[in-house]
Amino acid sequence: MARAVSTRRKIGFTVAAWVVAMLIFFPILYTIITSFKSETEAIAGFSLIPSGTLESYAEVQAQSNYFKFFLNSVIIAVGSTILALVVAVPAAWSMAFSPTKRTKDILMWMLSTKMMPAVAVLVPIYLIFRDTHLLDTRIGLTVMLMLINLPIVVWMLYTYFREIPGEILEAARMDGATLWGEIVYVLTPMAVPGIASTMLLNIILAWNEAFWTIRLTTTNAAPLTAFIASFSSPQGLFWAKLSAASTLAIAPILIMGWFSQRQLVRGLTFGAVK
Amino acid sequence: MATRQTSTLARFMMAPSVILLFIWMIVPLAMTLWFSFQNYNLLNPGNVSFAGLFNYKFFYTDPAFFQSIWNTLVLVVGVLLITVIGGIALALLLDQPMFGQGIVRILVISPFFVMPPVAALVWKNMIMHPGYGVFADIAKFFGAQPVDWFAQYPLFSIIIIVAWQWLPFATLILLTALQSLDGEQKEAAEMDGAGFVSRFIYLTVPHISRAVTVVILIQTIFLLGVYAEILVTTNGGPGYASTNLPFLIYRTALLGYDVGGASAGGIIAVILANIVAFFLMRAVGKNLDK
Amino acid sequence: MKLNTLFLGLCGASALAFAAHAETITIATVNNGDMVRMQKLTDDFTTKNPDIQLEWVTLEENVLRERVTTDIATKGGQYDVMTIGTYEVPIWAKQQWLLPLDNLGADYDAADIIPAIAGGLSADGKLYAAPFYGESSFVMYRKDLMEKAGLTMPDAPTWDFIADAARKMTDRAAEINGICLRGKAGWGENMAFLTAMSNSFGARWFDEKWQPQFDQPEWKKTLQFYVDLMKDAGPSGASSNGFNENLALFQQGKCGMWIDATVAASFVSNPKDSTVADKVGYALAPDTGLGKRGNWLWAWSLGIPAGTQKAEAAQKFVAWATGKGYLDLVASKEGWANVPPGTRTSLYNNPEYQKAAPFAKMTLDSINSADPTKPTVKPVPYVGVQFVAIPEFQGLGTTVGQLFSAALAGQSSVDDALAAAQTASVREMTRAGYIK
Repeated sequence: MARAVSTRRKIGFTVAAWVVAMLIFFPILYTIITSFKSETEAIAGFSLIPSGTLESYAEVQAQSNYFKFFLNSVIIAVGSTILALVVAVPAAWSMAFSPTKRTKDILMWMLSTKMMPAVAVLVPIYLIFRDTHLLDTRIGLTVMLMLINLPIVVWMLYTYFREIPGEILEAARMDGATLWGEIVYVLTPMAVPGIASTMLLNIILAWNEAFWTIRLTTTNAAPLTAFIASFSSPQGLFWAKLSAASTLAIAPILIMGWFSQRQLVRGLTFGAVK
Repeated sequence: MATRQTSTLARFMMAPSVILLFIWMIVPLAMTLWFSFQNYNLLNPGNVSFAGLFNYKFFYTDPAFFQSIWNTLVLVVGVLLITVIGGIALALLLDQPMFGQGIVRILVISPFFVMPPVAALVWKNMIMHPGYGVFADIAKFFGAQPVDWFAQYPLFSIIIIVAWQWLPFATLILLTALQSLDGEQKEAAEMDGAGFVSRFIYLTVPHISRAVTVVILIQTIFLLGVYAEILVTTNGGPGYASTNLPFLIYRTALLGYDVGGASAGGIIAVILANIVAFFLMRAVGKNLDK
Repeated sequence: MKLNTLFLGLCGASALAFAAHAETITIATVNNGDMVRMQKLTDDFTTKNPDIQLEWVTLEENVLRERVTTDIATKGGQYDVMTIGTYEVPIWAKQQWLLPLDNLGADYDAADIIPAIAGGLSADGKLYAAPFYGESSFVMYRKDLMEKAGLTMPDAPTWDFIADAARKMTDRAAEINGICLRGKAGWGENMAFLTAMSNSFGARWFDEKWQPQFDQPEWKKTLQFYVDLMKDAGPSGASSNGFNENLALFQQGKCGMWIDATVAASFVSNPKDSTVADKVGYALAPDTGLGKRGNWLWAWSLGIPAGTQKAEAAQKFVAWATGKGYLDLVASKEGWANVPPGTRTSLYNNPEYQKAAPFAKMTLDSINSADPTKPTVKPVPYVGVQFVAIPEFQGLGTTVGQLFSAALAGQSSVDDALAAAQTASVREMTRAGYIK
């Protein structure tokens, strides 16, 4: 009896969740569908059934070499994330476990470094990049994105680390663990899920950063955001092509998200150990 | 005790990020401050001179200035309301048992993977366009007059687009917070006969309040800088109806190439953002101490 | 023996090429169809110039403009060839940021460039950018709807005729709007159209002393005419419509007339994209009998930044891409209809081109009827038909565009919009030091 009720509930939730999910996903779905249409079909009004042509993809690839942009995106997004983690993990760690009166102020200040609108500092940054010969280099962009996302990374890590109960630390200390042992054997295993989800989130943020990645690159370091910028045209209707380019740009991160969503979501449930 | 050792170590561990962020903040800030006191148009570099406070005065007296601040706030608050309330609802829904939970989750968070300019283009051309957007098709199907979104509700349309992009972020963070809610506690409350509403108010809300705070703080920072979506859809119009502070700075910096004016605008934006952050911290910051 | 010589020669040639160390030039270009086609045809150039390699940066128009302007103004040195428009050239040339193009080769035939186009790209008699394709604007109309309305489109209509025809063609029940015009705010969006239109109404942005003229009756007449016409005969959502939105409407048969860039003709007359391809007629942009027509002039052109280390290679490329040979190359590979239009007189004298492009004559006439150096009825201190070639114009034009789009959306009156535009212009021009 109880079982039947819970199955019915489960079906109810399933239907509700799928409806909501499809509504939210619809713009992306429609973009993917449009990418398999011809340009004429794309503007011909609402239709969920494309003719399945691949001509848009062929044209996109003929115009720009997708893999070059893709590779740059991967290098920049992953590189900046690793760099950010290297710098942020110790900081968030110490803020979470040895908080002082000023910890919250420092956290807030870090977030406030993101408040300068990017457009307002374009010229100063461009001049710095020019003089340090970092224009159109992957290293320049990697460092840039690392700095942009560092506050977020510290914040996320800090909130996750705070969930780790302090008693465990004390217990370990009682057992005579050294500080090093404490970090490596006790805390790190508990922190890994939080770090993993921060990492994923940061890769997404870096992947989608569309201001600096376009303004500071030319050819060598241009990532997928620049690839997209070459297909959105104010003169000429190329929605199928734009959709194909967008699908190509979204696909890798979508697939990555797909595979990691379990880590992304479950990774954070370690708070339950409390 | 290891206190002294720990606190020294703590400082040492914090140093790299603090120093990096400090440099990252101070160098552009100093340059921006310097430029904000100069008459400097990028397209006329031969004619640079000291401007005093003129750039600030000029930016502040812009006919669109006050409306742009108002629009910035409306945009931030509007998106926050939608994403936080919607995020909690979605997180509660996704936390329930269901078939295909993994797929549903990835579908819900997928808008977060879309680059902002692409999202704006898709919404503008394929969803909201009064002539051939999906909304218009639906309206016509029911025999109604299609809504001309960007002319009649420009700011609201942009809020919808931006909220769509940020809803997944809120959902994700809140879902993880929900899942860390102790299963035993939930069951105990259920046994006590607590209904859904009282469980939500007395158990769930206190538990996810820190997550909500994080969502609000991080999103506010990003939302204060939104302009790409406006550029693609309405260009700040009609009138100044969808002009926010970043768009105003964009217009000064990358259309007018007025480096001095844009720098002054940037400094004003930083000051205003800090004021917002100050009140925000007073309002929700205490949740972080728990 | 002979073979041997050939072999030796080949070795020598390749060794030489190797020694010359292939030079790479970086070209920034806009992602319009003609430019994309050029990218595909570069093999022709690299075979002829094996020591030069090409790197392409293709970007959407607005992003491209930001990128190249920032780079050239800060001397970033990221590009060797830049694609720029008639707006940038006079400003940049004045700053001496561009190399004068005086070394394009003996067979380049600069005199063949359409004079109106060359005029907009020159300063002090020197050419600073070579036009890749040029465009004006004209009226595209549906012959069938015009007939149904009992009217005949003259080759050179007046605004009164256009307004009358638009109102008669409008059939809301059948989703047919008499006229589709740009309404999205922006200096290159609604202001490109409205500035050109205002020229034909005798209006101007500034008088000889750089005093803004939005408080004058000519502007009032222009804006009132536009707003009334769009209210009676325009599509819904006009205040966010740009080129693309109107193109889609026209191709789906929802517009009786459309006044926009001449390049649109090749889209709307292409049966692959357009449902009305066989029913489109063309006419010059309208006037009011004052001697100026409401059409603009634009040329996407290739310029070489003064700082480049590879000026010689860059000039070779520019000469190849904008020369007569390139037109023949495109014609032989993709047909005459796909040749970049609007740059060379000889193209319009070519009977094969005339046959392939029915809108050729009207395009040439439109281009010839615009004069960037003398754009308005009353005298002005500036260059530019649908823009004012001063650095401040992009920002100011966008502000005014926002105000005018509010008038179109019915959110403010025409008088309020004009008054606000006047205030904003006076403010900006005073700050920039034009008004003393």
